[in-house]
Amino acid sequence: MEQQFDSSTLGMWVFLLTEIMFFGGMFCAYMIYRSMYPGAFASTSLHMEPFWGATNTAVLIVSSLSMALAVRAARLGQQKMLQLMLVVTIFFGLCFLGVKAIEYHQHWVDYKVPISVPGLGSHWDYSNTDKFPNQAQYAKQAQILFCFYFFMTGFHAVHMIVGVGLMLTILVMARKGTFSPSYFTPVEVSGLYWHFVDIVWIWLFPLLYLIGRTKSLI
Amino acid sequence: MHSVPSVRTYVLIWLTLTIMTFVTFYVAQIDLGGWNVVVALCIAFFKMMLVILFFMNVKSDSPLTKLFAGAGFFWMILLLGQVAIDYISRNWMPMGKMW
Repeated sequence: MEQQFDSSTLGMWVFLLTEIMFFGGMFCAYMIYRSMYPGAFASTSLHMEPFWGATNTAVLIVSSLSMALAVRAARLGQQKMLQLMLVVTIFFGLCFLGVKAIEYHQHWVDYKVPISVPGLGSHWDYSNTDKFPNQAQYAKQAQILFCFYFFMTGFHAVHMIVGVGLMLTILVMARKGTFSPSYFTPVEVSGLYWHFVDIVWIWLFPLLYLIGRTKSLI
Repeated sequence: MHSVPSVRTYVLIWLTLTIMTFVTFYVAQIDLGGWNVVVALCIAFFKMMLVILFFMNVKSDSPLTKLFAGAGFFWMILLLGQVAIDYISRNWMPMGKMW
């Protein structure tokens, strides 16, 4: 059993390595474009709301704690505790997605979505406003950077939705009494996935929300 | 079986992660020049290491799993490093700073 557990964990890490390649490509492209257009990127950072970003970081960290405690409870055979911690994890995962939805809606209302929808027209406007007087000079580059924002946070959100689905499955399995101190591998490997998605956000938060905020480029 | 970490350990790690989130949030509002990006990325790295070592339990995993987790770092260094070398060495293409 010990060897089976170790090989399952190892297999999950191999999958996580492919996920690192997936997100790594986006982080790499982000690095290049950020160094090409530092002014435009500092300008787009000002349109993000760091309070929501920090809130979501805290929410994900709490969910990671409850996930770690769920794995611990499964390992010790504490069935009630395991189910409770899984419910807490699912709850905070949904909180994260809710906050993300509020932010996306705000960008949509602010005309900061660089797409054109048939029938609705373009939802992109980067002309000067009272709050942001000199941003029009970045109108073109800012489209690239908002595109990065939506793709990186969007793929992260998709991973969160998959994670919530995974946790629901584990919860159903836990209620059926599948897990015991000698068999809790599914809880463990799902936990690894959940923590990985948390780590991706730990990087996205400073890169998209924080860096460049103090620059008086606008 | 693997040793089971105490609840106290997990709560302490969570507390550290939350405090670091507040720190990075407030430091970002202070103008440190080029150091803003360095501080933000160092804190993110520190938080990532805490999650990997304690929440993901790599600290007490088998050496082979440790090797695979480490391979992720190696791959990211190769990717970011090689691409950065390419772009930095394009003399005809002025690259700005990261901040």
